Amino acid sequence: MKWDEGRALIKVQNLTKTYKSTVAVRDISFSVSSGEFFGFLGPNGAGKTTTIKILATLLRPTSGTVILNGYDVVRQAADVRRSIGMVFQDPSLDDRLTAVENMELHGMLYGMPRRLMKDEINMLLELVDLSDRQNDLVRSFSGGMKRRLEIARGLLHQPSVLFLDEPTVGLDPQTRNHIWEYISEVRTSRGATVFLTTHYMEEAEGCHRVGIVDHGRLVALDTPNALKRAVGKDVLTIRTSDPATAVTVIQRELNINPDLDGETITLSGLDDGEALLVRLVATVPGITAIGVPKPTLEDVFLKLTGRDIRDEPASAVERMRTRHRSVSRRGRH
Amino acid sequence: MMLKPFFVCVYVIWLRELRKFLRERSRLVAMLGQPLLYLLIMGQGLRAIFTIDVPGFDYLSFMYPGIIGMTILFTAMFASVSIIWDREFGVLKEVLVAPVPRSAIAVGKALGGSTTAVLQGTILLILAPFVGISLSLVAVLQLIPLMFLLAFAITSLGTLVAARTETMEGFHMIMNFIIMPLFMLSGAFFPIGSAPDWMQPLMKANPVAYGVDAFRNIFFAGSPALDFMVYYPLSYDVLVLAVFSSITVLLGMQAFRKVD
Ligand SMILES: Nc1ncnc2c1ncn2[C@@H]1O[C@H](COP(=O)(O)OP(=O)(O)O)[C@@H](O)[C@H]1O
Ligand SMILES: [Mg+2]
Repeated sequence: MKWDEGRALIKVQNLTKTYKSTVAVRDISFSVSSGEFFGFLGPNGAGKTTTIKILATLLRPTSGTVILNGYDVVRQAADVRRSIGMVFQDPSLDDRLTAVENMELHGMLYGMPRRLMKDEINMLLELVDLSDRQNDLVRSFSGGMKRRLEIARGLLHQPSVLFLDEPTVGLDPQTRNHIWEYISEVRTSRGATVFLTTHYMEEAEGCHRVGIVDHGRLVALDTPNALKRAVGKDVLTIRTSDPATAVTVIQRELNINPDLDGETITLSGLDDGEALLVRLVATVPGITAIGVPKPTLEDVFLKLTGRDIRDEPASAVERMRTRHRSVSRRGRH
Repeated sequence: MMLKPFFVCVYVIWLRELRKFLRERSRLVAMLGQPLLYLLIMGQGLRAIFTIDVPGFDYLSFMYPGIIGMTILFTAMFASVSIIWDREFGVLKEVLVAPVPRSAIAVGKALGGSTTAVLQGTILLILAPFVGISLSLVAVLQLIPLMFLLAFAITSLGTLVAARTETMEGFHMIMNFIIMPLFMLSGAFFPIGSAPDWMQPLMKANPVAYGVDAFRNIFFAGSPALDFMVYYPLSYDVLVLAVFSSITVLLGMQAFRKVD
């Protein structure tokens, strides 16, 4: 891999985490470099939260080592904690306090000098567009505003890495896009290293590198483009005036079994799509259109795991969490 | 080596409790309703039949320190419940991931809960003239630290229990099996000395009873009925509460080291 180990800010080696009966993370190894925008993509229950919690010292690994900012997450937990900012999957704001109060208590916990803290709070609230609401109780905030405040809070003590565990889950699509813009903005303006988990393909697309996790395994790790290239070149679609005949010809002459869906014939699992293109045009009569579909990370996931990420049923824990969230919301108003 | 982060964390958690308490004035007023009901209905109702041939004894004023103890017990326990609430809804995670020792959470919570309970108890002192007790400033200044001591003993206990309780349901059960017996057996309604033999050991094992006894030592210092109304000398009450709080707060700190 074209990987510069020397600049690694996070180094994970053979990380495994076993709960009583479940292996949540299986022998995962990877590194994240300083300034990188790194994503963990995988369905519910893949082990994303477990991994992030271990990196953030909230869980002890069953085996393996994690070095973050030069510190060991088990033996130097306090140093690791000073190096990281965290936005949890579930809300962790005190909603009976104001936005500024939430920020101040955070700054105090991290031992920030008063003056610096005040300046940073003003700047960060400005950055996430919450300045005009800074003295309002958090309980009056929308889901998107709470998330923005959590992101600002996570950056307050100027951490080396900002962890975001499913930062847009549970928000409506428009708010999700918004949050996404804020994340990009804080990333560029603060130069922070960001480690994000998601089960939305669109979000992973924006990362420098994406690790695809499934059932606790890291099944692939590369840039979104490289991942897509790896699966992309072997799919072709064609349309002809007589699809039925074309299918028989392709089967007989090219020894390939295409799929026929309405008018469109799809050839997949090809070794060399480009070379085939020429032979296809020469042998199949009446071709009206040829398509080289742009693969998505969806296809990458499908190819690597044999399943569609969207079909994945929510895990029991996930369902409980969602229910919990709605209960808590009702309970607090 | 972790001394400064420890105290910072204690302070932050204490400050958070206090701000929320002061912000919710409606809670402050609501918490006054219950003691008033006890004093007005129970106190007035029982006063007539609870006449004993002890000079200087009046049931309503006898019960009053017990009601202050009750208010402190309930407020302090209520503050401890919020730990489970916080854990369930995530607020505590923010502290768990910060570079501060987790054991400080137990101390901060106990101090925060105690402060709010003392504020609540102090407000109740306003009622003293209405139950026939005249309070001097010195007595008030003695009562405040004693209320704090009782409150700290209870919040330490509540924090310890909360650290080991996973769910709200679990806590509700414990509340019923801990709080009500602590209240009933506190000596608020009847003196320890006049309780049946089987009950006395239970009352002697109850920290709240020492708090109520301490309050009575102050309230009735000059009363001819003092010996009938109090069971222990003040110094003994203070000693028991101090030892009890020290042990529970240390156990609570220990329990929080393991929370995740
Ligand atoms: N505290 C826990 N105890 C037991 N099993 C758990 C616990 N937390 C998570 N798991 C299990 O570990 C697996 C990974 O969970 P998680 O890391 O939350 O996945 P993700 O964040 O990718 O949705 C799941 O099968 C989940 O049910
Ligand atoms: Mg998760």
